[in-house]
Amino acid sequence: MKKVKSLVLAGLLAFAPAMAMNGPALAQENAAVAAPASDNAAAPAESAANATAPAAEAAPVAKVAAPPRMKPTEGIGMPRPGEYTLQEQFTDTGKTARWLHDVMLLPIITIISIFVLVLMLYVMIRYRRSANPVPSKTSHNTLVEVLWTVVPVLVLLAIAVPSIGLLADQYKPAPKDALTVKVTGYQWYWGYEYPDAGIPEFVSNLLPEDKAKANGEPYLLAPDNRLVLPAGRPVKLIITAADVIHSFAVPSLWVKMDAVPGRLNEKSFTIEKPGVYYGQCSELCGARHGFMPIAIEALPPEQFDQWVLSQGGSLRKEGAATTAQAAPADGAKKI
Amino acid sequence: MTTITADHHGGASDHGAHDHHDADHKPAFFQRWFMSTNHKDIGTLYLIFAIIAGIIGGGISGLMRAELAHPGIQYLHLWAQWSDGPTATLDQAYHLWNVLITAHGLIMVFFMVMPAMIGGFGNWFVPIMIGAPDMAFPRMNNISFWLLIPAFALLLGSTFVPGGTGNGAGTGWTVYAPLSTSGSAGPAVDMAILSLHIAGASSILGAINFITTILNMRAPGMTLHKMPLFVWSVLVTAFLLLLALPVLAAAITMLLTDRNFGTTFYDAAGGGDPELYQHLFWFFGHPEVYIMILPGFGIVSQIVSTFSRKPVFGYLGMAYAMVAIGVVGFVVWAHHMFTTGMSVNVKMYFTAATMVIAVPTGIKIFSWIATIWGGSISFKTPMVWALGFIFLFTVGGVTGVVLANGGVDDVLHDTYYVVAHFHYVLSLGAVFGLFAGFYYWFPKMSGRMYSEFLGHLHFWVFFIGVNMLFFPMHFLGLSGMPRRYPDYPAAFEHWNWVATMGYMVMATGMVIFFINLIWSLVAGKQAEGNPWGEGATTLEWTLSSPPPFHQFETLPIVD
Repeated sequence: MKKVKSLVLAGLLAFAPAMAMNGPALAQENAAVAAPASDNAAAPAESAANATAPAAEAAPVAKVAAPPRMKPTEGIGMPRPGEYTLQEQFTDTGKTARWLHDVMLLPIITIISIFVLVLMLYVMIRYRRSANPVPSKTSHNTLVEVLWTVVPVLVLLAIAVPSIGLLADQYKPAPKDALTVKVTGYQWYWGYEYPDAGIPEFVSNLLPEDKAKANGEPYLLAPDNRLVLPAGRPVKLIITAADVIHSFAVPSLWVKMDAVPGRLNEKSFTIEKPGVYYGQCSELCGARHGFMPIAIEALPPEQFDQWVLSQGGSLRKEGAATTAQAAPADGAKKI
Repeated sequence: MTTITADHHGGASDHGAHDHHDADHKPAFFQRWFMSTNHKDIGTLYLIFAIIAGIIGGGISGLMRAELAHPGIQYLHLWAQWSDGPTATLDQAYHLWNVLITAHGLIMVFFMVMPAMIGGFGNWFVPIMIGAPDMAFPRMNNISFWLLIPAFALLLGSTFVPGGTGNGAGTGWTVYAPLSTSGSAGPAVDMAILSLHIAGASSILGAINFITTILNMRAPGMTLHKMPLFVWSVLVTAFLLLLALPVLAAAITMLLTDRNFGTTFYDAAGGGDPELYQHLFWFFGHPEVYIMILPGFGIVSQIVSTFSRKPVFGYLGMAYAMVAIGVVGFVVWAHHMFTTGMSVNVKMYFTAATMVIAVPTGIKIFSWIATIWGGSISFKTPMVWALGFIFLFTVGGVTGVVLANGGVDDVLHDTYYVVAHFHYVLSLGAVFGLFAGFYYWFPKMSGRMYSEFLGHLHFWVFFIGVNMLFFPMHFLGLSGMPRRYPDYPAAFEHWNWVATMGYMVMATGMVIFFINLIWSLVAGKQAEGNPWGEGATTLEWTLSSPPPFHQFETLPIVD
């Protein structure tokens, strides 16, 4: 089965440059509008990117259909109504960080707060004037003073060790084969470019309320074009901005990185499961700061490759071809 | 603390009839209030100013909570018609939102908390507590106050001139470049920057005055280690102001030249860096949060000791904990910038350094409780507010420990979790400190007692209100709601609605406060020199209420 798939892919690759020449064929939004009720199982034929691409005259192009726009799962990759916890996490560092928060920090700060509250209630009741008319004159006690200095230090050390470990994890450089995507913040939309796959930049705007509703997507979280990424493969985002500072944030992937004009910030992660993960701009960037949402559509790897091709991009296999011409040959060797 | 020999100005009889410079000789109205050199009158002016600014800044937060009660734009487009004319676009409405958040932040920080804490209570009580007749530089004291008026006028005026998409400065109180440079055309941001410059100059002058006064004008026997903790807190605060504000001034001056004279300090295209502004701003900004809370620490220490009828527990530890907080406060600034793309080593350092602050803060919390321990507590209004302060500041402090973790902050940064955290330490910390101090010293300042019943009622309504208002913001933040958003996805509606209800409860509490204030000024019963009894050991309680126009013409001796 695998062989068959790679053969098909190799074949498709041959057409990739021709498709790329036809310019980017972006029709995510159109696809969604055309088939609002389509779910993951729906046939991709109608929503194919090529359907609306200005490629009619390029006759020999093989039609690679973009996978259908994935439907979000309620409560996954987005906030839940009335939620009082962190969102469910879908990356390694996200899981570690959420563990650090839920299992260490939250219990520790709750215990400290309750401890202080209990102490306060005790002294307020025990030492009220009617219960204790004559105050003591004590103003020093070396033992307790040392204790309430040393114990907090120990608690902080206990927090610091996993916390520093988490930081080290978050900064692990991406593996060489990670897919690089350039993310650019604009007033007030996002631009996504796939230099590895040769997909030029496309922009991602707020999906208007009626369209979001028709799509079954949360308004203000749903953009028209999503950032499509492979699930299970390492991804490296290069984040920058063109005008003012923005911040690329997706809470369920534990990603928040400022997009700063003149700087290239890097964020690497591997999304564990296919799905739609929403986020919002998180640095004040002007009037429509609250209206430039982010959605990452994590596709299974094969579907992602299909999407890359549908956009006129080229595939780069592990340790293999960097150009589409070489790809079929490599593929043949493997067979 | 110690036995004090002070001259009582209970009546003018002490001085005899021949004394031309009678202690209670007051100048005429205009000269007294507009050309004042009297620290108490200037303190009163500061307090009145802070109350007015607080009403405006608090009113703005009311507008914001009304808009945020439900998803969708409820009122913003209507308000925009008022500020940008009848043809206001939706973008101008969104810009107005940014103007509101900016104004709320700047007003509360620079024109409410700082003037009330340092200008108001600092001016009123630092000279008295150290046994000095007045501040070291009375005329400079006057100009410190009067500079605030043009500063405030500039800030309010900026909302009526173009600032980019719409009228007003919509940059956030942080005024980050390049949103504040290339991103905001028009004079609004220039006016806001100038406002900060003038307010900063006012604070620097005030800081110099306090440092000089405290170091040089203490009464005989009032050694540094005998100073009341409120004076210690103002001394540390003054040093923070003196060291931090020039950095802000430099940062925003560079903003001005970037905006108007073609420099590129913060523009990468010209060799600058937007991150430079953030480093400079937060080098000022982090000490600034301690500037706002340290005097509150001092006030709470005085009150807890007074109403427990016990000396402060671990006095030296308390004083030097504040010094430690001040010093460490200068080396943790970049924890406000964890998501800007700093290197891992820098992030590790700032994570560790930030956590260190929890230690001296913990010392203070536990020392307050130990002060009460073994005491004989009377639950007068100031004490109730001080107790509220201790608990709520603890809650705000522990969420600070969570945010200190650079790896965890990645998801919480710029969300409502941060909003909840800094409102717990400021709106519930500094403001509870302000109310505690206000009730504590109101009899001394006005000569009249406030209503205990209304004071307690104010406390409970306000306490319930602010917790309803700010506690749910932790949930919103954990769930991922970003700050500074006029509209939000439907999933965030529940807690936003609760927060807005909380605001209304809190506002009711404020109405009770103003009723109490007016009633007390008009009909409150006459206050004694020391209404708090044996626990009140600092020098202000040795004077009449209100104190004579000039106190301590004969210096008190402290032993």
